[in-house]
Amino acid sequence: MDMKTAVNNGPSPSIDQTDTKRHFMRTKTVDSLWGYFFIFPQLVGLVIFSLIPLILAFAISLMSWDGFGERTFVGLDNFLGQFKDPDFRTALVNTLYYTVLTVPTGIILAMLVAIGLNKVKGKILYRLIYFMPNITMSVAVAVVFMWLFNADFGLINLYLKDWFGIEGPRWLTDTRFVMPSIALLSIWMGLGGSMVLFLAGLQGISATYYEAAQIDGASKWQQLRHITVPLLSSTTFFVTIMSVIGSFQVFDQSFVMTSGGPAKASYTLVYHIYDSAFVDFTFGTSTSAAVTLFAMILTLTLLQMKISKRWVHYEE
Amino acid sequence: MNSKKLQPSTMVLHVVLIIGACVMGLPFLWMILSALKDLSQVFVVPPKWIPEPFVWSNFKTSLTALPFGRAYFNSFYINVIVVFAQLITCSMAAYAFAKIRFPFREPLFILFLATMMVPGQVTIIPLYLMMKNFGWLDTHQSIIVPAALLNAFGVFLLRQFFRGIPKEMEEAAIVDGANRFTIYTRIMLPLVKPALSALGIFTFLGMWNNFFYPLIFLNSPEQFTVPMMLNLYRGMYATDWTLMMAGASIALLPVLIVYMIGQRYIIEGVTLSGIKG
Repeated sequence: MDMKTAVNNGPSPSIDQTDTKRHFMRTKTVDSLWGYFFIFPQLVGLVIFSLIPLILAFAISLMSWDGFGERTFVGLDNFLGQFKDPDFRTALVNTLYYTVLTVPTGIILAMLVAIGLNKVKGKILYRLIYFMPNITMSVAVAVVFMWLFNADFGLINLYLKDWFGIEGPRWLTDTRFVMPSIALLSIWMGLGGSMVLFLAGLQGISATYYEAAQIDGASKWQQLRHITVPLLSSTTFFVTIMSVIGSFQVFDQSFVMTSGGPAKASYTLVYHIYDSAFVDFTFGTSTSAAVTLFAMILTLTLLQMKISKRWVHYEE
Repeated sequence: MNSKKLQPSTMVLHVVLIIGACVMGLPFLWMILSALKDLSQVFVVPPKWIPEPFVWSNFKTSLTALPFGRAYFNSFYINVIVVFAQLITCSMAAYAFAKIRFPFREPLFILFLATMMVPGQVTIIPLYLMMKNFGWLDTHQSIIVPAALLNAFGVFLLRQFFRGIPKEMEEAAIVDGANRFTIYTRIMLPLVKPALSALGIFTFLGMWNNFFYPLIFLNSPEQFTVPMMLNLYRGMYATDWTLMMAGASIALLPVLIVYMIGQRYIIEGVTLSGIKG
């Protein structure tokens, strides 16, 4: 706005304006060409490394193929067959179990930490520490946690025994504990990312609500329940969807720490995609599982977009 | 008055937050301290935190036991190329999408946004087959080229910043006869330097930590990146915890340095995009 008036108030505004306009008309085609020139590298990347592979993926998901020999068109057989495939079912159940273990706990913890941090002294330092696991290499962290979880020499079990006299579980080698262990690691890793989003959401809540509540004599707890949590709901929803999407794609941790075991107890969807492609060489099976994963993620993304749009209108 | 009344509860809050911070930070501390221990100190009950004596040789051993140094070099040079390439290609595309009118601009931009929703696992098999056809399997091109030429998130992030630059900044230059390329290099890029830093940091962290693509495209240990080498390590020295901790520390060091330097950009970027780690 300011810049515009500055230009209009120039020495000879009318001449400048028409000159500029004519110039722009002449250069319109040239400008379009510049536009394509600038997007060219990324557009090439988009076509070669995303669009074509995506189309190929849909095609391969309809085939029975080992990647080298005959390709047989099998229609939707891969998709229908996967629900009878014990590996796929194990992977799906494990992944959903992992989602249930990580998402609600992760979100509640992240929200509490964000609310706690929001107004406190030393916020920057706390934030620095809480966010740190979020950006670290999953493989390195998995290696460290393999030791922490080790039943005989891991810190967790050693302290359980030393402090409480409890014989700790065999975290990574017991089918009942392996998923919760991986979930613990993931909550630790993911907490900071969700926390940062909640902190941003908290900045959006006007202080006037709290002032009004204080005048009305509302306690801290009432303010939290009736102002903070409800007004954070759109952030909470967004973080939930993003966390669920992330949890559907868990792979590195189980690959490094447990190789999907014991007895496939940490065999996840992406593990199944990896295994059926690059161990069993059943490309059709693998790709149809990947397309299924894509459909699950897409549904969540569209849901998120639709509902958050409604929320924006609602607030207006 | 108010703050005085809140004093005890604030104290409790700090205690809780500090305990939480310990939980978040102690695995890192344990990793680094254990990397400095002799293997015999590892099995002591109750666990000892401070190494006694400090053993520096673990770092040397883990760097030389496997071609870890080579992996380090690989990761670094791949990262440098990808970061620079992305800063150029993403900023070019972002500038065009933000400031130049051309046919199909909006549909093309939506296409870019749409690809952000496609999980990497869906396109991995076709990509693998393409790399095989190109003869790029087990070479660094397979990691570098796709990353250098496609980062829809980077285009989106930078476009937001270019849009914030007032039109008049470039109109004056156009009247003066400057072409789009001059405007992009001389006027636009300097104005979005903070955004470029943010994207550079994001790309660096993402590439440094990435495990899935190298796992599928690379085969020979000489070609491995750091996470791949660390995983190989885990397979070979599964019980030599001190060596593994040294390896993990070395792998994490660049990440932690970049984080300390760029944490403001990282946190702003996460907030802006809603995309985690």
